[in-house]
Amino acid sequence: MIDLLIKLVLTSFVLFLVLNLAGLHTWVERKQSALSQDRIGANRAPILGFRMFGLFHGIADALKMFTKEDIVPAGADRTLHLLAPFFSVFFALLAFAAIPFGDRLIVGDRVIVLQIANIDAALLYVFAMLSLGIYGVILAGFASRNNLAILGGIRATAQMISYEIALGISIIGVVMVYGTMNLSEMVRAQGQMIGGWIPLWGIVTQPVAFFIFLTAALALTKRLPFDLPEAESEIVGYFVEYSGMKFGMFFLTDFLETIVVACLATTLFFGGWQVPFLAPDGFHFPWGAEIPVSNWLYALLGFASFSVKCLIFLFVFMQVRWTLPRFRYDQLMSLGWKGLFPISVVNIVVTALVLILIREAT
Amino acid sequence: MGVKEVSRPKLTFWEQTYVPQIFGGLRITFTHFFRNLFIHIAHRFGRLRDTRAGATIQYPEELRPLMSRYRSRHRLTVRDDGTPRCVGCMLCETVCPAKCITIVPAEHPDPHVEKYPVRFDIDLGICVYCGYCVEVCPEDAIRMDTGILDLAAYSREAMQLDIHELMNPELRKPVSDCDLHFPHQCALAGGDLKGSWEGVHES
Repeated sequence: MIDLLIKLVLTSFVLFLVLNLAGLHTWVERKQSALSQDRIGANRAPILGFRMFGLFHGIADALKMFTKEDIVPAGADRTLHLLAPFFSVFFALLAFAAIPFGDRLIVGDRVIVLQIANIDAALLYVFAMLSLGIYGVILAGFASRNNLAILGGIRATAQMISYEIALGISIIGVVMVYGTMNLSEMVRAQGQMIGGWIPLWGIVTQPVAFFIFLTAALALTKRLPFDLPEAESEIVGYFVEYSGMKFGMFFLTDFLETIVVACLATTLFFGGWQVPFLAPDGFHFPWGAEIPVSNWLYALLGFASFSVKCLIFLFVFMQVRWTLPRFRYDQLMSLGWKGLFPISVVNIVVTALVLILIREAT
Repeated sequence: MGVKEVSRPKLTFWEQTYVPQIFGGLRITFTHFFRNLFIHIAHRFGRLRDTRAGATIQYPEELRPLMSRYRSRHRLTVRDDGTPRCVGCMLCETVCPAKCITIVPAEHPDPHVEKYPVRFDIDLGICVYCGYCVEVCPEDAIRMDTGILDLAAYSREAMQLDIHELMNPELRKPVSDCDLHFPHQCALAGGDLKGSWEGVHES
């Protein structure tokens, strides 16, 4: 019973955090783009005269989405049309279940692992959920009974096939290095040090895989420079026929997927909740200094480390989104198939060779 | 027909990987982002007030600086005694290409001044802002230097300025009371003549 309660608290904690972060992302998107383009950004939604740097625009957006008319086009498949946005959000949210956002917390004699579900094949689970999310997009295009929406859905499919393989293969190198698919184990393995100074994070052991993962993950989030499925401004994407909160859910999915990808990049390549030199009982610096850390502070530091890394990734993703123009359709495919795919395969071979050499040497 | 060969620049391998361009672009946007962020924070602490953190002009609170020759809403200039400088010569009404000016002149009590406008209406919904009326005026009685740009109304009638609004650019419709120092056919008081020359003659 108490176990169930703990899981429930963890789940609501993660959901609360993630959904609010996604909501806040609309504000970040407006303000960050404004700052990097020498503008001021949205600041015209004051509450009682308080502008708060335009923070309330998110609330105004939500109110607008909820009160707008929800239109289902004539001749559309009503059930699928309704299901598609829920599919998108559902799978994007499910992916968070396997991501460890902290090490563990000891309350009394109970050890609480700061992760919703400790799955052995967590990596496969997360990628399965992210791939299933594309069904929402395809369904939306299919159920809208609109040629442009179907084309958007097809573009999404083609894009998925191009990046998904590179994405999957790029992380095989990481799995080989750490020898596990369990994300918790993987983060724990990244806590070791090379020569006592450099943390054994994924970015150190698999730099090439990191950049391939980053590129493919940007394509996965369906945002610029890979926003071919949507392309609101010119070629019209899969959600043309959506309005009101159903459209809002697709919008939310975009931000959720960005957060998932940031969490994944942190977990796989930047040591997840690891803080350099921090062991469960305190800091052990290589020059001999030691600072003891209490149980609660240790959990908090781990969570803070994870959050800060995630937020930095979100910041960089956002900046990339407001810097680069859109890739052409064929450019994206040739990048995925002729660029990322071969490099990631070579990366696996090289990783395997190096691993064997290291094992021979020791 | 002549054929012009356009040679496409051949991309080097490094350029084909997009990497230098991507990082170059990111460098520019990051520079702008952090520079503007720094200036915004400095503004919060009251520093660097003369450095702008963005090109945005927040319109209703902040106006774009206007050139001195910019043609904005018209106004009728006044003499020291508060009567219009206009002598009702009809030049502006004649020259107006859009025919948006309507003047009704009347005899002026001062023998040195020929006439004065009983009515002077400009329909801003028709006006093309050419500025000919300003150029043609021999008395410098009409100018377009109020700097008023928000010329919008909910009806065509509200776009028609009468002499009240033209003589006092601060006034906006609906004008409730006639405060003119000379007789004119004021629609506000049901067509009765309001105001008189008496106070004007004393000064």
